[in-house]
Amino acid sequence: MMANMRPFRDLVANQYDEENNKTHSSKEQIDVEKSVLNMYESAHMKITLNRNLPRLATNAHMDFIRDGLTQLPHSYSCLDASRTWLCYWSLHSMSLLTDISKTWPLNKEESMIVQFLSKCQHPSGGFGGGPGQYPHLATTYAAVNALCIIGTQEAYDIINRKTLKEFLYSVRAPNGAFRMHLDGEIDVRGVYCALSIATLTGIYSEKLFDGTAEWVVSCQTYEGGFSGCPGLEAHGGYTFCAIAVLTILKRPKLCDLHSLLRWLVNKQMKLEGGFQGRTNKLVDGCYSFWLACSVLLAGVALGEKKMLFNQTALQEYIMVCCQYNSGGLLDKPGKRPDLYHTCYTLSGLSLTQTNSDYIGIPFYLGFINPLYNISYEKVEIMKTYFKDTKDETL
Amino acid sequence: MGDSSDEEFQNSESWVFYRNRDDWKDVEPVEQEDGGEYPVVSISYTPKFKDVYDYLRGVMKIGEKSQRALDLTADAIALNAANYTVWQYRRDILKELKSDLAKELKYIEKVIQRHCKNYQVWHHRRVIVEWLQDSSKELKFTQGILVFDAKNYHAWQHRQWAIKTFGLYEGELEYVDSLLRDDIRNNSAWNQRYFVINNTIGFVDDVVSKEVEYVLEKIETVPLNESAWNYLKGLLLHDKGGLSNNVKVTTFCEDLYMSGNRSPFLLALIVDMCDERISNKAEDDKYNLKRASELCHELATTVDPIRCRYWEYMSTTISKKAGCESGEDAEGGDGPEEAAAAGASHDV
Ligand SMILES: [Zn+2]
Repeated sequence: MMANMRPFRDLVANQYDEENNKTHSSKEQIDVEKSVLNMYESAHMKITLNRNLPRLATNAHMDFIRDGLTQLPHSYSCLDASRTWLCYWSLHSMSLLTDISKTWPLNKEESMIVQFLSKCQHPSGGFGGGPGQYPHLATTYAAVNALCIIGTQEAYDIINRKTLKEFLYSVRAPNGAFRMHLDGEIDVRGVYCALSIATLTGIYSEKLFDGTAEWVVSCQTYEGGFSGCPGLEAHGGYTFCAIAVLTILKRPKLCDLHSLLRWLVNKQMKLEGGFQGRTNKLVDGCYSFWLACSVLLAGVALGEKKMLFNQTALQEYIMVCCQYNSGGLLDKPGKRPDLYHTCYTLSGLSLTQTNSDYIGIPFYLGFINPLYNISYEKVEIMKTYFKDTKDETL
Repeated sequence: MGDSSDEEFQNSESWVFYRNRDDWKDVEPVEQEDGGEYPVVSISYTPKFKDVYDYLRGVMKIGEKSQRALDLTADAIALNAANYTVWQYRRDILKELKSDLAKELKYIEKVIQRHCKNYQVWHHRRVIVEWLQDSSKELKFTQGILVFDAKNYHAWQHRQWAIKTFGLYEGELEYVDSLLRDDIRNNSAWNQRYFVINNTIGFVDDVVSKEVEYVLEKIETVPLNESAWNYLKGLLLHDKGGLSNNVKVTTFCEDLYMSGNRSPFLLALIVDMCDERISNKAEDDKYNLKRASELCHELATTVDPIRCRYWEYMSTTISKKAGCESGEDAEGGDGPEEAAAAGASHDV
C-alpha cells in the first residue's frame, strides 16, 4: 500500500530532448512537462511529510459526479445532445468509486434515470442524446451502458429491442461499417457502438456484422494503431474501438497485433506516465483508459495475460496530475475537470490495479469488463437476461 | 465547457425571444419532456437556449420547412453546434426549399471556424460539397484550419475525403513537405505523405527507395522523432526484402548505433530486424537472437525503462520463437473475450 513512486530525479532525467530542433510539437511538449514536473515535485515534497499521500479523493470525486448526475451548469449546453453519455459517465464513475462492500446504488434515483432514458428512446428505434432527439449510435451505446449499470428489470425492459435492431440495420453500410446516424458519418466508433449494443442486448447476428471485421482491419495504419477511417492517422480512441470489435468478434488475429502492441506501448509518456492519443501529441488523462485497455486486449490476443504497460507510472499520472482539488478528474494540469475525463481516468486507474501494487487508492476500484467498460458482473447479468428473454417479435 | 461564449458572441441587446415575435405567434412552442419529477443530468439552460429549442421542437413537430425554420436552426446551432438532430433537420429544409448551397457553404465555413473539433459541422460541410459537386474550395479551406491546428483530425479527414473523391492529389506532397519543414514532428503530415503515395503512384521499388532516402535524412536530423521512424517502418512494409535487407537502412542504423546514438526507436528497429531474421531462419552475425536479447535488455534497463515490461515480453517472445517454431501459437483454450475479461480481473 505504501507509495512506490518513481524517484523525482528520474523524472527530471526523462525530460524531452529537443535535439536542437525546436518545433511547435516540441514547444508544446516541453510546456506540459514543466507543469507536470511541478505537480510531481510538490507531490514528492508532500510525501515526505505524509507517507499516506497521494490519495484518491474518493469523497470529493463522488460529490462532483453526484452533482453532475442531477444538475449541470449552463456551460454544459454543448453536451445537450449527449445527455445519455452524461448518465453513463456518471454512473460508471460512481460504480468504480463505490467500495463493493457498500450497497450500490441509489434505488429511487435509479428509477428516475431509467425514466429519463426512456424519454430519449426514439419511436423508430435507438436512443437520442436527449428527449425528442434523433437516434444516434453513440448516444444509444451510452444509454444501453447506463441501463446495464443500473441493471434492474425496469431498466432492461424499457429497451425496445425490435426497433433497436431495425435502427442498427438502418445505419449499417453495405461493407459492414456503420453510420453514426441516418445519413451521418461513418467511422470506427459506429462499428464499436453497434457491436457493443447488439451483444449486450442479445440482438447480435452474423448477418448484421458481415464484413465488419474486414472493414475495421482496413483502418489499421502503417504505424500499427487504427484510424477512424481508412487512410487517416492512428488514434487512441479509434484504436480501442477497433481492437474491442475484433476481440468481441473473436478475430483479433486478422490485424497485425505485433505492430499494434508496439504502437500502443509507445504512446505511454516516459516523464508524465500517462498516455498520448497519437504519435507526438500531448498526454491526456482520458487515454489512460483508451490506450491502457487496448494494451490489455492486444496482450490477451497474443496470449499474454500480464499488463504490458507501466502501471505504476500511469497510476502516478492519474493520482498526482489528474485530480482536481475540489473533486473531479481531468485531462492534464491546468484543465478543468469534467464527467468524461472523470469516467475515463478512473477507468484507466482501475486497469492499473490489476495484478499490481497500487499507491494511495483506498480500495480496489470496480472490476471492469474491458470490452464494454462496465463492471464484469453487470455485463454478464444483462447478457444472461436477454439470452433468457425470448422475444417473439425479434 | 466551451461553447457558452457563442451566446455572448451574438448581439444580445438586439435579441428578441421567439415567444415575443409577432411572426411566430402561429407556432406552438414545445417544452422538453425530461421524464420523472427529479432532475437527471439536467442542464440549467439559459432563457434564450430554452426559448430557441422550444420553438425548434414546435417547428419539427409540425414538420415546417420554411425560410424562418432554416433561420431558427441557425440560432439553435449557434447555441449548440453539436446537436446532430438540428443539423439533420436543417438539411431536410435545405433540400425542401432548394436553397442556395453556395451560401450554405459560406455559412458552414464560419461555423467550422468557431467549432473546428466537432463531428457534425464537418459532416455538414461534406454533405453540402457532395450536393454541390464542387470541391474547388476544400483544399484551401482545410489548409486555413490547419494553419491554426496542424493536427486537427477532422480537418485531415475532410481533406482526405475531398482529395480521394475528387482526385485532388496534385500539389499535396509539396504541401506535406512544407508542413514537415515547419514541424518535423507533425505526425498528421507524415501520415498524409503515406496516404498520398499509397493512393497515387504506390510504393513501387523506386518510390520506396526515394522515400527511404527522404526519411533517413529526417531521422538523422532528429533521431528521437517517433513519427519519422514509424514512417520508415511503414515504407519497409513494401520492401520485398523485408525490414532487414535494405542496405541503405541497415547501414544507416548500424552507423547511427556505432556513433553512440541510443534512440529507443533505433534499438527497437534493430530488434525487429533480428526478429524477422529469426522468423525467416536467416540469422547472421549481425541480426540474431543474441543481439535481440541484448538490445531488449538495454531498452528495458537504460534506454527505455518505462516500457521495461514490454521489452522483457519481447525478449521472451523472440527467444521462444528461436527455440520452438510454434511458440507464438501456444495459447490457452479460452475464447478471447473470456480471456480478456479474466485479464482484467483483480487477484483479490
Ligand atoms: Zn481527453
